[in-house]
Amino acid sequence: MKKTLILTSALCSMAFAASAQEVNLLSWGGAYGNSHLEAYAKPFTAETGIAVNIADADNPATPIKAMVEAGNVTSDVASVEYADAVRLCDEGLLEEIDAASLTAADDGTTAADDYIEGGVTDCFVATDVYSMVEVYDDSKFPDAKPAGPADFFDLEAFPGKRTMRKGAKFNLEFALMADGVPAAEVYEVLSTPEGVDRAFAKLDTIKNDVIWWEAGAQPPQLLADGEVTMAYAFNGRIFDAAMKDNKPFKIVWDGQIYEMEGWVIPKGAPHMEDALKFIAFSTAPANQARAAEFISYGPPRKSAAAIVGNIEGTEEPMGPHLPTTEANMGNALGSDLDFWVDHDSELNERFNAWLAG
Amino acid sequence: MATPLDPHAAIAIEAGGVDGPLTTADGQPLNRALSRASRKARWRAFMLVAPLLLFIVVTFAFPIGQMLYRSIHNDGFAANMPQLSEWFAETEPGTTPDEAAFAALARDLQASAEARSIGIVGTRINYEMPGTRSLFTSTGRKVRGGIEPPYREALLEIDEDWGDPSLWASMRNSSTAYTDSFYLASLDRTRNVEGDVVQVNENRRVYIMLFLRTLWLSALVTLMTFLLGFPIAHLLATLPLRRSNLLMILVLLPFWTSLLVRTTSWMVLLQQQGVVNDLLIWLGVIDNGGRLKMMYNQIGTIIAMTHILLPFMILPLYSVMRTINPSYVRAAKSLGATSWTAFRRIYFPQTLPGLGAGALLVFILAVGYYITPALVGGASGQLISNMIAEHMTGTLNWSMAAALAAILLGGVLILYWVYDRLVGIDNLKLG
Repeated sequence: MKKTLILTSALCSMAFAASAQEVNLLSWGGAYGNSHLEAYAKPFTAETGIAVNIADADNPATPIKAMVEAGNVTSDVASVEYADAVRLCDEGLLEEIDAASLTAADDGTTAADDYIEGGVTDCFVATDVYSMVEVYDDSKFPDAKPAGPADFFDLEAFPGKRTMRKGAKFNLEFALMADGVPAAEVYEVLSTPEGVDRAFAKLDTIKNDVIWWEAGAQPPQLLADGEVTMAYAFNGRIFDAAMKDNKPFKIVWDGQIYEMEGWVIPKGAPHMEDALKFIAFSTAPANQARAAEFISYGPPRKSAAAIVGNIEGTEEPMGPHLPTTEANMGNALGSDLDFWVDHDSELNERFNAWLAG
Repeated sequence: MATPLDPHAAIAIEAGGVDGPLTTADGQPLNRALSRASRKARWRAFMLVAPLLLFIVVTFAFPIGQMLYRSIHNDGFAANMPQLSEWFAETEPGTTPDEAAFAALARDLQASAEARSIGIVGTRINYEMPGTRSLFTSTGRKVRGGIEPPYREALLEIDEDWGDPSLWASMRNSSTAYTDSFYLASLDRTRNVEGDVVQVNENRRVYIMLFLRTLWLSALVTLMTFLLGFPIAHLLATLPLRRSNLLMILVLLPFWTSLLVRTTSWMVLLQQQGVVNDLLIWLGVIDNGGRLKMMYNQIGTIIAMTHILLPFMILPLYSVMRTINPSYVRAAKSLGATSWTAFRRIYFPQTLPGLGAGALLVFILAVGYYITPALVGGASGQLISNMIAEHMTGTLNWSMAAALAAILLGGVLILYWVYDRLVGIDNLKLG
């Protein structure tokens, strides 16, 4: 934080003479915000001389809504979740971003083709991919190790409590994958009433052994306390606990469900031109790959995934820890936003009724 | 005796004043002088509380009123689909949509898609009929460039769901800005195609059950705090001051500690690998396989909430018990009452004002409890406030959150009224 302040004030005074060339970036703070500062903001200023002022929010989508509706937009670029980007875009609160303005890959592939599916939409350019993954405590299963979604639901072979996110999203898809539905067909099955029944029936089999988490910090804590032996949790949190606190947590990538985060421009942003320059710069493959060395969220561009280096400050390659690495994408499911905006309330009501029943 | 400057004191009765009105010494009618003086006093008193009143109106009453207003007012559809809303206003419920209706729909969709408000419209209808938001947004993308008559065929070709009667019923329900549908949904009810109120599908009924559970758990927590708090309050009130002060600090210390800290402490104590279970195993009460489940269920919620709300019961009880004269009980005993009778008929009735205040405080706080059930409640320990939070921050359906909150508020007010009728609010003593 202090570093950010010093940096931004230094940059501000530098840029003062060069008129109002600047980008106001709204990010999340924490380790994730730090990756934005180190991998995007600092190199961008070094190359172009345009200052980047970073502000933090709990979820930048909320202030965007407030700013645009009040007609007082102070941010030029914001980092939001894919779902929020689509919602804000549909409600007319974002500027459209032309995919042609993005940096092409080194071999000449256009950005639109270089991105994984859904990475570039009308108002949104993805910066990273995070995912929901199955995790187990290695010390609890000395012999056979869990290897896929089905093992998560196998209480006999892998005894102990589980923890899952409280809500319908992620769990229903995961239950279907555990029931043998291939990732590619999950949403097709889940669109039918029978499919939903099937998912709930699968969840029923472990219902009495699940602790439901709400905050992302809970699953590593529950694993560390020995309250649960397996978790279905966000990969970044687990990576942090495993790397920094040396916990024996192992990720099973089979059955992961991934989602994207990325840049949007609030409608009426004061520095449109610089904002577009910043977006083109930061989503260039080399810079995306650099960001992934700070936090275990994968680059959404295929050409960037190949050139991610070592975990910052260590000699260990980051690649195996990223959701987007080829080897980890075997049976991976991209979260279907359209499905969830349509069925969120319906399935959550049913989920809550199921939980309480 | 009295100076004419003092209208209160200076009452003079004019000679023969038996018939004429009373006047002050300076000849003014007494009524008017009195009312002017008291008006001035009232005005001064009002000016003294005005800053607080203004503060409460601006920061409390106004925002809450605005929030509650959302529960009956949502113009997401009506404002963005004006022509179709007009068609609904002109026709009877259950009317089959004709070409005019489809024409209005098509023009509104196009205008709304161009204004980028189609997401708002779709979200509103999705509350009524899950699974329809993408129908609006995807159709909106297609008609943005224009749509040709006949509109009915054109829209059905884009997506045949546009002919679905229940979709039209949902749009009709949403076509007025003022709506009762959020209140219906809060009571697990909805309107069917004919416009009648019916219960929602069995596997989606959740709110009524949660309301009842919230009331039941709050009553249970109130009872528990009473059973645990009454003896302690009695002890505090009867011990010599120096020792009771020490005990009082023990009651107040947790009261001054952050709610989150206390809740997480309970998590450390109660979890299956936690302190209490370890202790029981060490004592040989249970074996390692039989660790008790005291967390992530109703038991956890009850234990943590009882502990957290205990001071709110003890403090009013204590302050009332301090004022009870011990000679009453002594007198009862000297007149032959057993200890139990003296307690039941003499002591306990005198504690009722404190008990009433404590019970009301604990109950009302418990009804709105959110963080503790969220952290220790697991699946079966969730209360209605957790659903309100879910709609505020998760689904962003603020109208629904407002309706649930309004029902909760109404329920508490009704209980308050019942309490007033049974016990009497004047009988309440907070200290």
